[in-house]
Amino acid sequence: MRHTSKTNSENKLNAHCEGPLKTRCETSRAGQVDAASHPTKSREDMTRREFVVTAGVVGGGVALGLPHLAVAAGGWNSAVVEESAPAHIMNVQLRINGRMQSLSLDSRVTLLDALRENLKLTGSKKGCDHGQCGACTVLVNGRRINSCLALAVAHQGDEVVTVEGLARGEDLHPVQTAFIEHDGLQCGYCTPGQICSAVAMLDEAKNGAASFVTANLAKIGPAKLDDDEIRERMSGNICRCGAYPGILAAVRSVYKDGEKAEMRSGS
Amino acid sequence: MIPFEYQRVDQAEAAISAVANSQNTKFLAGGTNLVDLMKNNVERPTRLVDITHLPLGRIEELPDGGVRLGALARNSDTANHPLVRQKYPLLAQALLAGASPQLRNMATNGGNLLQRTRCYYFTDPGFAQCNKRAPGSGCGAVEGINRIHAILGASKECIATHPSDMCVALAALDATVRVLGPKGERSIGMADFHRLPGKTPEVDTNLHPDELILSIDLPASPYAAHSHYLKIRDRASYAFALVSVAAALEMDGQQVRSARIALGGVAHKPWRAQEAEKTLAGKPFSTAVIEAAAKHAVGGAKGYQYNSFKIEMARQSVVRALKIAGGVA
Repeated sequence: MRHTSKTNSENKLNAHCEGPLKTRCETSRAGQVDAASHPTKSREDMTRREFVVTAGVVGGGVALGLPHLAVAAGGWNSAVVEESAPAHIMNVQLRINGRMQSLSLDSRVTLLDALRENLKLTGSKKGCDHGQCGACTVLVNGRRINSCLALAVAHQGDEVVTVEGLARGEDLHPVQTAFIEHDGLQCGYCTPGQICSAVAMLDEAKNGAASFVTANLAKIGPAKLDDDEIRERMSGNICRCGAYPGILAAVRSVYKDGEKAEMRSGS
Repeated sequence: MIPFEYQRVDQAEAAISAVANSQNTKFLAGGTNLVDLMKNNVERPTRLVDITHLPLGRIEELPDGGVRLGALARNSDTANHPLVRQKYPLLAQALLAGASPQLRNMATNGGNLLQRTRCYYFTDPGFAQCNKRAPGSGCGAVEGINRIHAILGASKECIATHPSDMCVALAALDATVRVLGPKGERSIGMADFHRLPGKTPEVDTNLHPDELILSIDLPASPYAAHSHYLKIRDRASYAFALVSVAAALEMDGQQVRSARIALGGVAHKPWRAQEAEKTLAGKPFSTAVIEAAAKHAVGGAKGYQYNSFKIEMARQSVVRALKIAGGVA
């Protein structure tokens, strides 16, 4: 791990201030520095340049080994001081859709942002960015997770499969085909998450995972999926278009095909 | 989110020393709550110590017939472990009632214990008042939109609720939390693990900042045959509880030998209803006894402008959970 030079991190912060966060950066946070460092200067008097410079000076204290300065200075309102601290850039290796990728990332970058912004794998979607919608669902070491709540640096060496990695060449994954056949989408924004979720869900059921609607938890073994089971197990993926009947039909058809195949193979 | 240093540790002792003397260092496990709160600037650690590679993920039987749940076992793996499904179906149900499959695949047992309230005045720093987030600033919920808030054990400083389903079952099952600190190990009973808000709502638990959760230990249970976790929420799935009830009965024919009742969504901690339990113990499992127990379970409840409905909802939920647990509903 290394610290970036302050110039880089300040540039990054400044770039943020020009964007949608402008109001927050310049009003509420500048006001906090104002209170902490310039007791006589009103918020309106403080220019943006002064704000950046002040934050840089106080931030320097942090870098010089005074880690408690920020807390002592302003308690909760010290966020602005900490925010001027340098970013921590780390090297991370991830195996994405079978290919090893080496990335240099700010420790704050989520797995979702690493996929979308650094690797241009924009199939995984950023819906709520708070683990409430499931649009960012990917498979990590074979399990479905919300990539928006996963820090990329915490997944060093992990195996990630996104919706881009499900097809085999020109052959779509059976779940993808079923979503097309059963019209399991309208706008399509939640679809990559729905599909990744369904792929993992069918595996979980095969491996005996129970759900909240499973009648007998004491009975261990592959789970039988009726419509209520599929709905409950897919409830981590929200569809604002309300394409649920199609999604349910698609998942049900893949499950039924799996059952038939198992009967044929006698397993 | 503010910048933070990230460090991975592979030994519990290293984790403890990493947080010693550092107010701004936090353990990172599943991250489902912490990372979310960091995005909102509610949590602002300057260093994260990733503990997910510590060997604390096992679920194993204890010599006394109980079960030890590793702090880092994922909620999904815990819910689906045969020992949990067969000996503690109440806990499996509660775990499966929480969050979504994706979140349960990430979230750990230790992290679930430490998850923070979903009170909107806490999670959104756009609200100036929150004694939990900014001690001394006041409580935005007391006079605000308090539909999801506490009816039991609240204080004028804080009426937030604990959001966990898992912890409600753990309270009913009398689990203990085994923790490691600089001075060694200690165990904290579930009843003492979470705190009521009082005048210091910023402190959620009695875990010290330099302690690491090692496991949750469940004692041998006579309740596997008769238990139920009932969760009432605004959606059929993937929503926090307005009210939840973990009910467990040890039956002797038509007679209740002992009962366990804990409520979720109603207080700053999982709310164990011991008066209600006593009402059932040694009595016939009749509607009259069940109704009397339910009345005790909400004894002392106080509603606010938007959540008074929870008092009757909680009472009826206790009745229904007991009846399902006892096989008469």
